[in-house]
Amino acid sequence: MKIEGKQHIWQDYQKEIAENHYFYVRSCVRQNFFPGSETAFLRILREELGKDVFENPCHTTCTGIGYHGDIVPFDTTMTVVARQFALMTESGYENLVPSCITSFGIYTEILETWEHFPEEEEKVREYLYKATHREFKIPKNLAHASDVIYKFRKEISEKGKFRLVNVNTGKPLKVVEHIGCHYAKMFPSKGIGGAEYPYVLTGMVEDWGGEVIDYPERRHCCGFGFRQYLVKANRGYSVACSHKKFESMHPYKPDMIITNCPGCPMFLDRWQYAIAEMEGKTYGENGQGIPVFTYEEVAGLVLGYDPWDLGLQVHQVSCEPVLDKIGIPYDTSKKYLGKQGQNIGMPDKPYILKT
Amino acid sequence: MGVLYDKLAKDVRFREGINSCINCGTCTAICAAAEFYNYDPRIIADTVQSRDESKIEALLKSETIWYCGECMSCKTRCPRGNAPGLIIMALRSLSQEEGYFVESEKGRQQLALKRTVGEWILKYGYCLYAENILPEMHPEQGPVWEWESKHLPEIFERLGGNYKGDGPGILRKIPQETLDELKSIFDVTGGTVRYEKIENFSKEKAKELGLQFDEGIDNEYVKHIYTVNNHSHTKE
Repeated sequence: MKIEGKQHIWQDYQKEIAENHYFYVRSCVRQNFFPGSETAFLRILREELGKDVFENPCHTTCTGIGYHGDIVPFDTTMTVVARQFALMTESGYENLVPSCITSFGIYTEILETWEHFPEEEEKVREYLYKATHREFKIPKNLAHASDVIYKFRKEISEKGKFRLVNVNTGKPLKVVEHIGCHYAKMFPSKGIGGAEYPYVLTGMVEDWGGEVIDYPERRHCCGFGFRQYLVKANRGYSVACSHKKFESMHPYKPDMIITNCPGCPMFLDRWQYAIAEMEGKTYGENGQGIPVFTYEEVAGLVLGYDPWDLGLQVHQVSCEPVLDKIGIPYDTSKKYLGKQGQNIGMPDKPYILKT
Repeated sequence: MGVLYDKLAKDVRFREGINSCINCGTCTAICAAAEFYNYDPRIIADTVQSRDESKIEALLKSETIWYCGECMSCKTRCPRGNAPGLIIMALRSLSQEEGYFVESEKGRQQLALKRTVGEWILKYGYCLYAENILPEMHPEQGPVWEWESKHLPEIFERLGGNYKGDGPGILRKIPQETLDELKSIFDVTGGTVRYEKIENFSKEKAKELGLQFDEGIDNEYVKHIYTVNNHSHTKE
């Protein structure tokens, strides 16, 4: 069989990811709900891989949730993003790494817009100068933070202390990978593997010893839907999307879910709690949920980081079943303590979902 | 061409979002919103490309344009490279510019978004800010978020954050000069005007509905639009 054509097509879905010197911009959702993941990302890049990652304290939200909530006009979002570019330029960097998938999608959308409509770029340059007296260069390289972890997945594997393998059976853990919609659905050529065969998380899972599950609703949205979650009256949409995915993945008995978008792990975690409390239905083993992880958390676990340093205690679905399968040691008595070991209480138990 | 269509066509997202729709329905087949709501993105594309002013005006006043979740799955699949999700974004912008958004239950929710995410952007520099994500507004966040909400400084310290601190880091205090720059960008680019339009049209609507209207989220109108659901939106 001639495979040159297929190889040629596949080349369109590879992407260049800068080797070093990253300008990091944080995620609104990640900072609020999974702060340990951003901490882990920087620790892995700086301490394990010896990379230079710079964060300018004056960077802000890209307005992404406001933009996709349709309260912030496109001109405003483009100009706020241009200000992030200006901070990057002023700081002497040219490789932009957003922590957020919504931001990554917005940066990509804006760069594509400027490519097709150069007058929009000129307009935004004027807006930015008028508003802030700043000027900017377009990033030489734009990669989502998960792209960067993907790039160094083999180095992480080599340094790793643990594999995504069940120590009792010797078999790979069965992993659901969930890609944030705005990673590649809008601009498939900007994501590793495109929208149909995104490889960014699969590559990590396979190199770290796990096995990815292919299930019917693999590419369905987690259900954030921006206004569909943010307004209480609309949340049926959000939980219905997650529910559809859980029902679809359940027969394959996944050990865990890995995600690359800040919002998705929160929804896939919290909606399992809500579905359990509303309908008595649970999707994990022994009345528990399917543990949901960020890719930074999984990388941290592979590298042997303490689960409570990674922030697994702020998940609603308990992660301990996965830690036990991999053989990762943890001290339950320290799970909910403060940094100095002080007692800050602990969450109540849900009524139905076992934790 | 009509006035409304001309305004839509000025939005680059609209120009990117529709070239020539062949009405194949692939977008509807893949659409997460179409599965949940009485929603059909194929019809949205068909309506706007008809350039019929009265139909476009009806769309701008309808519940329909507020059903999309902007996941952009439609963009991936359209055989003609259209993106109903982008058309929706242009329609929603125009609906707010013209004040039509207050004519639908779902459209009126824009004020709730402005009063939360919209104001947090300018006040904190983040779209979301932990101390404002109240457990009573978010019961689905579960007991773990209830616990976190009571101990935010300790939990952010434990997980490497710089909560309300100076310098870089997680949920740091964004410097006032930076917040001033954000406000200036909003003033120059139409963001402030958009917010004012959402406020003004909503205030008029609240008066019409006889609901108390005040600043913040603790007033009759905002509580109403945040929670009311007449259950006519979904398939079942």
